[in-house]
Amino acid sequence: MKQLVTGDEAAAIAAKLARVKVISAYPITPQTIIVERLAEFVADGELDAEYIKVESEHSALSACLGSAAVGARTFTATSSQGLMLMSEILFVASGMRLPIVMANANRSLSAPLSIWCDQQDSVAVRDCGWIQLYCENNQEVLDSTIQAFRIAEESLLPVMVCFDGYILSHTAEPVEIPEQAEVDKFLPPYKYPYLLDPEKPITMGAVGVPEYYEEFRYMLQEAVLKSKEKIIEVGQAFGRQFGRKSDLIECYRSDDADVILLTMGSLSGSVKEVIDEYRGHDERVGLVKVRAFRPFPEKELVDSLAHAKAIAVLEKDFSPGSTGALFSDLSGTFVNSRKSPLLLNFICGLGGRDVSSLQIREATKAAMEAAKIGEVKKTVRWLGLRETMVGLKP
Amino acid sequence: MNGMIEIRFHGRGGQGAVTAARLLAEAAFAEGKYSQALPFFGAERRGAPVLAFTRIDSRPIRIRTQIYEPDYVVVLDPSLLEVVSVASGIKHDGLIVLNSKKNAQFSHAKTAFVDATSIAKEMLGVPITNTAMLGAFAKATKLVSLDSLINVTKGRFSGKLADKNIAAIKAAYEQTKVIT
Repeated sequence: MKQLVTGDEAAAIAAKLARVKVISAYPITPQTIIVERLAEFVADGELDAEYIKVESEHSALSACLGSAAVGARTFTATSSQGLMLMSEILFVASGMRLPIVMANANRSLSAPLSIWCDQQDSVAVRDCGWIQLYCENNQEVLDSTIQAFRIAEESLLPVMVCFDGYILSHTAEPVEIPEQAEVDKFLPPYKYPYLLDPEKPITMGAVGVPEYYEEFRYMLQEAVLKSKEKIIEVGQAFGRQFGRKSDLIECYRSDDADVILLTMGSLSGSVKEVIDEYRGHDERVGLVKVRAFRPFPEKELVDSLAHAKAIAVLEKDFSPGSTGALFSDLSGTFVNSRKSPLLLNFICGLGGRDVSSLQIREATKAAMEAAKIGEVKKTVRWLGLRETMVGLKP
Repeated sequence: MNGMIEIRFHGRGGQGAVTAARLLAEAAFAEGKYSQALPFFGAERRGAPVLAFTRIDSRPIRIRTQIYEPDYVVVLDPSLLEVVSVASGIKHDGLIVLNSKKNAQFSHAKTAFVDATSIAKEMLGVPITNTAMLGAFAKATKLVSLDSLINVTKGRFSGKLADKNIAAIKAAYEQTKVIT
């Protein structure tokens, strides 16, 4: 059945349909409506789960470690500063190979204090060993959250489902909500293979002395790399059952494109509209959307981008003193490839600034110009920046 | 329906612009269309100018930018006309629906107006004008039916609050003057 729901509601409904057993979350700003809805589901008896209220996000994720270790399907949600406060425990969850699923509404970081949308929060913790999936619309929020449990449980890795704050989290649009029985078929009850059980005591999260630590980190690396296959497999299985399949990346009119825009998240929808405009004028422009940022789809990106003349990476994050994170990962990917397109980076939409069609066209035009002259005049540009305010113009 | 219809709501914090955008999206959705309700929150405080947007289309909606060239503008608070350029970017022959005791002129947009503040005070006891202005919008644009608006209002509010809001919608629907 189709319903008009926000991204927050889509994530909460997905967690309910997944029959989560434990939800642990801190309910105050910058938390979203997700946990409020889940608290209602539990209070109304619609969801048979333990709802653990805690005093901080650090504690919220710590409680999730325990519940995942005893084999309960575990969910939490956060955003922005909340994710930052969780960061210490994020590494513990992946290192201990606990299949926790988290929804993160992408919101900017202080200072200056901001509650609005960008992707700096989850990008800042890209190295924490979690799988990260980014959503374009609220349907993808629901679909990816359901898939995340199966990916997590079959890979023994935690999964973060990221979706743009406000632009998806607070925006209502039609979403197809699957039947409970169908989701039950897709997501049967699972058994964690290394249960924390008082009857059979084991040590979890033990010290990794120098003789062992590096091997553990290598095994984590192998597990995250291998999860690529699992993300594809689960996305295909979901497609067979529900008619909407997911992959590591999505290619939109990019097969024959000379210029390709690369994005993550909700920006992709607005970019598709601009691509259609250019196609209407016989310009060979396309889009590739990154759904899985970790594991990074290196091969898939090279295969789908290498034929182009120029790539414009549009992203709502940056690493001060370097470039955008997606851009630097992509650059690394092309280093050893025989042919690399020209790469341009556009930082945009920080702290809730709207990324308009005008700005998307500006990036497209710059990439088309680079493709035409065969060189990049300026690698990193900021879209929508008021240059007089930062002293670039008088 | 030909192409996407874009609506921009101007209100002040506390007047329910975000709820208005969502209720309109729900009414259009209930009539079998695709819709999107996109709020823009400023600093969260009562009285600050706020924006909310609704898109309606017969096809799935992919674009997620704010709305710069609306077909329709709804102004929930009369005092905003002095501080915000509500007609900014409006399409040629677009329509501005005003909460106002009297009409206002715009260079290339049609107008409709209703005294929604008085209606809200009378029906709800508070100057929350969002539902009344949806009644005015339905009258002026015929984009959604009065029945659809009433149905989604019943879904959003319960009991007496729903009745009061429905009364405000109906009163505004009756009293709205469309200037062509």
